[in-house]
Amino acid sequence: MSTALTLPARRATPGVFVALALTLAVGWLVVTVDGGQLFNQSTTVSLLHVAAGLGLVAVGQTVVVIGGSLDLSVAYVVSLSTLVAAEAMQGGDAALLPGVGLALLASAAVGLLNGLLVTKAGINAFIATVGVGLLLKGYLDNGYDGPAGRTSPALVQSLGYQRVGPVPVSFLLLLAVAAAVGIVLTRTRFGHHLLAVGGDPQVARLSGVRNDRVLVIAHVLCSLCAGLAGVYLAARLGSGAPRVGTEGLYDLESIAAVVLGGTALAGGRGGVAGTVGGVLLLASIDAILNQLEVDAFVKQVIRGVIIIAAVAVHARRAVRKAGW
Amino acid sequence: MRIAERRLLATRPHRPGTGGLVPILVLLAVLLVLLTVRQPDFLAPSSLMSFLGRSAPIIVLAAGQYFVIVAGEFDLSVGSLVTAQVVVAARLIDSEPSRTWPVVVLLLASGAAVGLVNGLVTTRLRVSSFITTLGMYLILVGAVYLWSDGAPKGGLSEEFRRFGRRAFEDVVLVGRLPFAVLVLLAVAVLAVLLNRSDFGRTLVAAGGNPRTAELSGVRVHHVKTMAFVLSGLAAAVAAILIGGYSGVSFQAGAGLEFGAITAVVLGGVALGGGRGSVVGAMLGALTLETLFTLMNFYGVPGALRTAVQGAIILLAVAVSARRSVRR
Repeated sequence: MSTALTLPARRATPGVFVALALTLAVGWLVVTVDGGQLFNQSTTVSLLHVAAGLGLVAVGQTVVVIGGSLDLSVAYVVSLSTLVAAEAMQGGDAALLPGVGLALLASAAVGLLNGLLVTKAGINAFIATVGVGLLLKGYLDNGYDGPAGRTSPALVQSLGYQRVGPVPVSFLLLLAVAAAVGIVLTRTRFGHHLLAVGGDPQVARLSGVRNDRVLVIAHVLCSLCAGLAGVYLAARLGSGAPRVGTEGLYDLESIAAVVLGGTALAGGRGGVAGTVGGVLLLASIDAILNQLEVDAFVKQVIRGVIIIAAVAVHARRAVRKAGW
Repeated sequence: MRIAERRLLATRPHRPGTGGLVPILVLLAVLLVLLTVRQPDFLAPSSLMSFLGRSAPIIVLAAGQYFVIVAGEFDLSVGSLVTAQVVVAARLIDSEPSRTWPVVVLLLASGAAVGLVNGLVTTRLRVSSFITTLGMYLILVGAVYLWSDGAPKGGLSEEFRRFGRRAFEDVVLVGRLPFAVLVLLAVAVLAVLLNRSDFGRTLVAAGGNPRTAELSGVRVHHVKTMAFVLSGLAAAVAAILIGGYSGVSFQAGAGLEFGAITAVVLGGVALGGGRGSVVGAMLGALTLETLFTLMNFYGVPGALRTAVQGAIILLAVAVSARRSVRR
């Protein structure tokens, strides 16, 4: 049973990495012809920083999407987390760990609320998480006009700017979180139950899976990841930012990354590795277009087209495999 | 084919309308009572008419979104479509009255075209509509900023703006009758007729169970694509009203997609498709607008309004979810 459940996740992974390799190859060629450099230190570093922020959110999003749910409140959770962390730290190193802990606790609480609304109150996940998002937006808009609090300098130096060669610590954090979540999904009972619930809730329930509990845990994990992204952004920006999540379009972009990575929006199929590929793909497109000094608005148009096209190619492959 | 469709529909006992509307009507009534307590002359014909006029765009959008949602899909592109249309209209008209009608026609045609693309990509290329319309949202926002170099140009003619802000004065019974209310009435009648037509019922069937509908001879791709076209047309109508009422800005349509989807769900339409009526969707939008007006009258600060909105949506949907489970 467990192999049957994990196999589709593995098979879905390579597609996005082929796309990533192609994008990088074509991008490198175009940028070089244009007289620029795609793989120099500074572009690589900024590419990986972009990927780290979006990646943390998207890895969490993968968990709920596999369970057949989704989370549109993540952008506000990111903003909330930056503020909780920065305000708790007050610019001092002493409160570093309590600050991070509080930010994660607040995020987990939002995830718990999302999960309970979806399972116990029976509200559709789309509406439940948009509703919770509105609650958070109200709180943020009411309490904050601009940046607030100060992140501890130690966190700024480590998570915000420290690098190992060209690889930022934040990206290593993403890889670690992705690996951990990947192991949870493929090797633990919770992971198998989650795939079962996403695939067919009725069958899962009849097989003895406690659907509600599995989904609540998934939502808490998702919000925790968003909270972690918030801590990273607080370290990057040096303070709490009430609108950083929404301005980064983390809600919709994270879902796009998840789907690019081959996870089915309907649930029951997919994995974290693909999501990381999807995030890298989005970040690479961004980096290439930046190198070509493409207008910001053109960039958005191109990104829209690429997201649709990539998913369309995916859908075509899936249909052919299914033998339609 | 025709016979197959009819037989499928004949066996569906679920008639759109009636029963599912009770919760939204109760909520609307409660909000209206609260409103009149605070502002006794709110129910006077003229203020009621101007309220309906102001609510017209979101009600029209909810009607369009209803067709997409009942077919089991999403349309996240309508907000950006409204913005794009308002900005495009201003640049094309450039305060020249004679260009009004051609531009109105162009807006309707381009709204339908965007809907057609959404529909074809979703059904033919099998991209989930969430992603299709999200991509379309990115494309439209980027394109409209690009086309106008970052700041809206030109201006709307008075002829264009009258749909959204002028009215027939001295009408019997109601006093002032905004054009927007007439547009709303026309759209509402059309939407209800469509909902009850063969098309409307096949759409509900396609949303409820696409496989069954397909096997019964429904051209699922075809009706779903039509639903997206209707949503695009609704966005064009809403853009004309919004442009008239509040003028040109890049924020013209911001957030309207979530507003419309929320309204539809408030009106008892199930996300995922197959259940609910267009009347419910439009009542949901009216309720949402009533809620905003109520908060306005009670002086709830702007930022807290979103929080109250969120809480009420969660409450309303939770209550109706509970009811449907019991049934």
